[in-house]
Amino acid sequence: MIIFGERINGMFTDIGEALRNKDPKPLQYWAVKQQEGGAHYLDVNSGPAIPTHERVEAYEWMVNVIQEVSELPLVLDSTNYDAIEAGLKVCKRPAIINSCPAEQAKIERVFPMAMQYNAGVIGLTMDKVGIPKNSENRVAFAMELVAAADEYGMPMEDLYIDPLILPCNVAQEHAPEVLESLRQIKMLANPAPRTVLGLSNVSQKSPDRNLINRTYLAMAIACGLDAAIMDANDDDLVDVAATCQILLNRTIYADSYLKVFRAR
Amino acid sequence: MSVALVKERYTSKVGEVVLGATSEQGGTRTSTVSVGGDSTLPFLHFEGQMQNRPVIAMEVNDTVPEWNEAIKSQFGDVLGNPGAWAKKCVDEFGADLIYLKLNGADPEGVNRSPEDCTRIVKEVLAAVGVPLIVVGCDDDEKNNEIMAAIAEAATGENLLLGLAEQDNYKSIAAAAMVHKHTLIARSPLDINICKQLNILINEMGLPLSKIVIDPMIGGLGFGIEYAYSIMERARLGALANDKMLSMPMICTVGYESNRCKEANASAEEFPGWGDLKDRGVLWEAMTASAMLQVGASILVMRNPAAVRLVQKNIADLMNK
Repeated sequence: MIIFGERINGMFTDIGEALRNKDPKPLQYWAVKQQEGGAHYLDVNSGPAIPTHERVEAYEWMVNVIQEVSELPLVLDSTNYDAIEAGLKVCKRPAIINSCPAEQAKIERVFPMAMQYNAGVIGLTMDKVGIPKNSENRVAFAMELVAAADEYGMPMEDLYIDPLILPCNVAQEHAPEVLESLRQIKMLANPAPRTVLGLSNVSQKSPDRNLINRTYLAMAIACGLDAAIMDANDDDLVDVAATCQILLNRTIYADSYLKVFRAR
Repeated sequence: MSVALVKERYTSKVGEVVLGATSEQGGTRTSTVSVGGDSTLPFLHFEGQMQNRPVIAMEVNDTVPEWNEAIKSQFGDVLGNPGAWAKKCVDEFGADLIYLKLNGADPEGVNRSPEDCTRIVKEVLAAVGVPLIVVGCDDDEKNNEIMAAIAEAATGENLLLGLAEQDNYKSIAAAAMVHKHTLIARSPLDINICKQLNILINEMGLPLSKIVIDPMIGGLGFGIEYAYSIMERARLGALANDKMLSMPMICTVGYESNRCKEANASAEEFPGWGDLKDRGVLWEAMTASAMLQVGASILVMRNPAAVRLVQKNIADLMNK
């Protein structure tokens, strides 16, 4: 189970402010803190804090200040591909591009860039029309992304398919469709592409966020989830990920397995 | 028609451990022995590297052992003299290492003092140039006493010290750490305890490259299949990047294969079993070769005739 720490995102007040003031400290604080929590990658997203025309410069700056304090590889999260490319140029370790929908024009922009910088890609099972309601259409988009990876020569373990979970308090019917999609996506190719979810989305604006996140993570891992963009500092949530490794017989049990899961 | 071999790809490999230390490294050994480092299941040379060939450590005791005559007679008059015994194992039988077992420390037996045990270790170190494995008797408390003294007296030699076990590991792990030795972590045929013990020892500060796993085994006909499956899981874990199971493994083949009736009873007693001399050798050699096939890096052996067979087996298996 691969954990992408979600916290370096301009949507959070402290990070948004830091980006506007070019103050590296909050970014560096969360880089270290998420690594301690159990993150394997750090998601980096400027959010709306930076005006569009300054994003290229902002991503280069964010990557540099984070790499001053952390060895973790990065997940560059933006819809602005020029900003992502600026970040990729300064990444010291192979990064992941977050994200690319199943749209031909965007595939043609993102996949060659990924190959050039030895980066992975998070592929979204959606197109211009939006997120499908059922698993069949999600899987159809996933197949287009798998075909794109194949066409550009990207190894399947570098493609992370995100079947897009929505908040359960407003779009409850999506939760089981996403689980079914995860099962199907793992059967699309051999070796299979990887799968990822923006986990916290499932619990948006619900009073029981942590419980919903934890429960859905366990369910999704059992259906084939390989990675999650999530709160790496919710200890109980990280414990769920570690325990799933044991209960799916992927890691040999030892009494200290929770500690070992976090050890790097 | 050409056939394409199906090859597994592994993400990691078995850790490499170096035993002994030469004078440049702070010890007095004429050479060191490296074990582990393999990136494939045993002897699948087409899939990965067998970095180091498996080695044989021969048993030497500080007291005259109660072994059957078929084994004892091969050693002549050295059995009461650990230094001479060790030298014979290296010079005549080609042992890669010496496994010195200090049975005499047992309070129920000779009850040797820590100083006396240290003197014997020094004697063996002086008699041979190969690295040394040193283990105590069956009394935990006494072992902690003698191992602390031995570790200190042999500082820099990078001995392989044993045995750390789940309910008694702190004292010997600390001694190994302070005086720069390597440690045997023994678990009772249990993969989960094996992993947990490695975690606990590592948490104390001993690096993973200073630990060797003793999974405990059963001899041929006495649970060898349990040992096999546990070692296989550990090896697959190591190759899948489970760092806490990635250490090389040591197997007490001589002890386990020679404690059963089949390795000791005479042909007069069981005419259908054939001559004891051959049977005993085969019992130990077969146990050893099964352990080789599942990833043993160090075989602790007893019967010189069995050692000869297994040396040949290792040479054949390492031949690509």
